[in-house]
Amino acid sequence: MLVVEKNNLSYEIERMVKEYGSDRQSLLQILQAIQKKYKHISDFAQQEIARLMNIHPVEVYSVISFYSFLSTEPKGRNIVRLCKTIACDMAGKDAVETAVKRELGISFGETTNDQRISLEYTNCLGMCDEGPAMLINEKVYTHLDPEMAVNILNEIK
Amino acid sequence: METTLKTSKKRTGPVLFSNYQQADGIKKAIELGRENILLELKNSGLKGRGGAGFSTATKWMLSAAANAEKKFIVCNADEGEPGTFKDRVLLLEYPELVFDGMVIAGFTIGAKKGIVYLRGEYEYMLPSLEGFLNKMKEENLLGKNILEKEGFDFDINIRLGSGAYVCGEETALIESLEGYRGEPRNRPPFPVNTGYLGYPTVVNNVETLASIPHIIYKGGEWFKKNGTDKSKGSKLFSVSGDCGKPGVYELQWGTKISELLEIVEAKNCKAVQVGGASGVCLPKSQFNRSLAYEDAATGGSIIIFDESRNMLKILKNFMEFFVEESCGQCTPCRVGNTKLLEGVDNIGKGEYTFSYINNLKELGKTMQAASKCGLGQSSPNSFISILDNFKEEIFYSNRKGIKNVKE
Repeated sequence: MLVVEKNNLSYEIERMVKEYGSDRQSLLQILQAIQKKYKHISDFAQQEIARLMNIHPVEVYSVISFYSFLSTEPKGRNIVRLCKTIACDMAGKDAVETAVKRELGISFGETTNDQRISLEYTNCLGMCDEGPAMLINEKVYTHLDPEMAVNILNEIK
Repeated sequence: METTLKTSKKRTGPVLFSNYQQADGIKKAIELGRENILLELKNSGLKGRGGAGFSTATKWMLSAAANAEKKFIVCNADEGEPGTFKDRVLLLEYPELVFDGMVIAGFTIGAKKGIVYLRGEYEYMLPSLEGFLNKMKEENLLGKNILEKEGFDFDINIRLGSGAYVCGEETALIESLEGYRGEPRNRPPFPVNTGYLGYPTVVNNVETLASIPHIIYKGGEWFKKNGTDKSKGSKLFSVSGDCGKPGVYELQWGTKISELLEIVEAKNCKAVQVGGASGVCLPKSQFNRSLAYEDAATGGSIIIFDESRNMLKILKNFMEFFVEESCGQCTPCRVGNTKLLEGVDNIGKGEYTFSYINNLKELGKTMQAASKCGLGQSSPNSFISILDNFKEEIFYSNRKGIKNVKE
């Protein structure tokens, strides 16, 4: 990581800590904000957060590792989460899954080479009556069929 | 690129989906005063709608009686149970009910602050919910001296979860709000005494809070007209799976499963999962049971399986879910769920003896008794009920002619 990038990141984290507060109860919000902006929470970012909030870096890491929406490894610009829970499964998740994997040439848990899309599974999205469903970042798409899912993915930048 | 989510169906129902004008409940609450609100609530017999079924009036009374400088109202919108989506409908289509309920709760127990813990998967609701809260502030339904009532201050914040099913457990939810890993705490002490930041906290399900304005405005007697002796009022059922009309239905407590199946146009139904992955799976012979706290209890999730489904595959899906979502803090749940999943795989391969199966069921019972929170206590339910109720299919037949769950 370049020094300039590090400085920018430090500055950004400082700003977030100011915005949300340096109390422990702000930690999750700060982590969510960093995850959203940088698509992961790097070792350096963890240390900076720990320093500014006056806690041990391992405390920060332990929280990140608990929540499935937070990650320490870089993710693509868009995170696609396909619901694999029972109702979506029965509504035809498998066909969507295969089509998406073929189209992007990656499997679930991987990121495309151009960093455009990370594919992930997720548990119940609360769209059981409208499955199969997927989340792209925070937006939800329902009643998917394989062709439609692929078209939606091809549209995102 | 627009989302494909469709809403705004016209809904009707006896309680939650009946007519309500925003702020009516709050006005009535101010008129009644704190004691009368609690009496009205007690009279209504409202129980927690998240699934556990604890009396809401008792919860409120305990925290109203607690002496503390701060108190909190938390709305549990971490709806993660497979097959449940009623909170999504309430928050998107009836936010006035949920927020009015929170304001009334704050007034009653003397809390100045409410927090909505919204699951990370529902982040797309954030703009509309925050817009709604701003509108309430403009109308003096939130903020200082609500509706000109001196000293009635209340504010609502929305906090997001980050994809953890266990955070729906109230103490895990509080841990998460405090910025820790969402691992459940020992109970007691209960959140009504020692909750968020150590202050008395009422954690209520979205649906429970949404019932409050109706009860306060229309009275406990009115609410009690629906339901059974032990389960008062109505319930939102989230129906999914093999049926003609999946969706959210408001029905009276005590509705028979067979009646519900008729309403949602389910054909060739083989099994019904009542209460989501942590609930029980009932075969045809038990479709005459009624949905109520005292019989087939549910937080609202109804998943319907028709004749073509493979019950073992369904069970595998459930157990994979629990293995992933167990927080790993206590051994019965962390190891137990893994062992049960292993058992399902072995059954699928035909590598089992009946004493092995019995051992697994015993393990399930141990988990029910020894796990720290509701997740581990309820995760063996589907394992035990599916193996008991569908043993002909799983153990005795050669499973030919039964299609894959994934078809």
